[in-house]
Amino acid sequence: MSILDKHKILETNATLLLIFSFLVVTIGGLVQIAPLFYLENTIEKVEGMRPYTPLEMAGREVYIREGCYVCHSQMIRPMRDEVERYGHYSLAAESMYDRPFQWGSKRTGPDLARVGGRYSDEWHADHLRDPQSVVPESVMPKYGFLEEKKIDGKYIGDIMATNALLGTPYTDEMIEAAQADFRAQADPDSDYDGLLERYGEDINVRNFDGQPGVSEADALIAYLQMLGTLVDFSTFTPDASR
Amino acid sequence: MSKKSQKFEGDPNTTGHEWDGIEEFDNPMPRWWLWTFYATIIWGVLYTVAYPAWPLINGATAGVLGWSTRADVAAEITAVEEANAPVNAKLEAAELNAIAEDPELGSYAVSAGSAVFKTWCAQCHGSGAAGAKGYPNLLDDDWLWGGSVEDIHATITHGIRNEDSDEARYSEMPAFGRDELLEKEEISQVVNYVMSLSAEPQDASKVEAGSVVFADNCASCHMEDGTGDRAQGAPNLADAIWLYGGDYETLTETVSNSRYGVMPAWNTRLTEAEIRAVSSYVHQLGGGE
Repeated sequence: MSILDKHKILETNATLLLIFSFLVVTIGGLVQIAPLFYLENTIEKVEGMRPYTPLEMAGREVYIREGCYVCHSQMIRPMRDEVERYGHYSLAAESMYDRPFQWGSKRTGPDLARVGGRYSDEWHADHLRDPQSVVPESVMPKYGFLEEKKIDGKYIGDIMATNALLGTPYTDEMIEAAQADFRAQADPDSDYDGLLERYGEDINVRNFDGQPGVSEADALIAYLQMLGTLVDFSTFTPDASR
Repeated sequence: MSKKSQKFEGDPNTTGHEWDGIEEFDNPMPRWWLWTFYATIIWGVLYTVAYPAWPLINGATAGVLGWSTRADVAAEITAVEEANAPVNAKLEAAELNAIAEDPELGSYAVSAGSAVFKTWCAQCHGSGAAGAKGYPNLLDDDWLWGGSVEDIHATITHGIRNEDSDEARYSEMPAFGRDELLEKEEISQVVNYVMSLSAEPQDASKVEAGSVVFADNCASCHMEDGTGDRAQGAPNLADAIWLYGGDYETLTETVSNSRYGVMPAWNTRLTEAEIRAVSSYVHQLGGGE
């Protein structure tokens, strides 16, 4: 029985063809994807990465909900023009707590991977309210409604728990204190020692949108002001073969 | 099912497959197609040898050509840095005031500074440096913290009211309304007085009372004549140039809730040469002192 005749058995038997096609695709997938899980150099170790604070996580949810990633990438490619405009090229480790990552694939607006600290909070609030008031040539829509929508962080602990389930190192303590930390970060007059203890000394604690209460704009600006600021590049030596 | 083959004289052989009487000629693939196909296989194998490809235990094969995007970008940046190193060293060593006097260094600083400005400053101060509400116009000769090259350089280096730099310029105007330091009526009076310094007040009858409120509450920073104090970043209120607006409503908002404009410190993102270049650029825009 030649190999072509044996193949005929597959070709004339739909269920068998389906099973074997699946096997072939599985092998292809395993060869391409499986090494990424065990190769140690896929995500290099860097200093400074931490899970997002509850307020930043809420801001990330707003970022995703509003589809910011449709026009803004978060991925600085290793090319001179990008590095000089946006800063150090992005590292895999910088999206290690992103589920899903926000690399994006199109830049109608600028890349946001290192937008943190680049502008003042007030600029972000002005810019979200009316982008053309600060950048007349911008085509970005207005997001003024974000500062009117107050949020209480009721479900933020659930989102963190889900991320913890997927491997983000949120401790039980962090999840329990989620709502308190959420409020504390947007209120510089509050007692935010616990927040700093859990997430690090460099957390921005400010009234991001300049208005009383915690709004979606507070959360989004907190998220934006953190982007790209976590990794300590003074301790980073790039390995060429990655 | 057809029992009889539909083959004619001179037809090529069939593949032997037959479905419901439909048979398939066993024509060979065109030669050019076949050779291209073999060539792509060989190309594929050679490519995986030449470039990073195969995953191993601890990492992927590096490829015999040693290609690396990271090394490429580092080399490109180094090449440009080295090409500019002599002139950047000269820029860093020069007296800030003397940069503009040296034609070669001055024109380098201005064109390099223009590129820095468009990348890092234009989002707030505008691509033409004319500013926006709350973000100072850099083209005029009205300066909050001083318009000499040294002042501009210090402002850019450390920024204003930020948390990044301990040497950031700092001052904070009280929120006279929100913190209940002044009555509503007193705010209305002082706003009318401030308007009278440069234009018609909204209600002329309140100006005189407003001048008293001003002397008691505002003059220590904005000076008795309202011309401001650069050491504290207190704006000149008498020159009809407004950062947030000079109409009655905006001034009432400013006095009631205060303003707190923040500028980031740039010494964490820009090199000293870049800061000096952009200082020179801003200085020559029109208002430099």
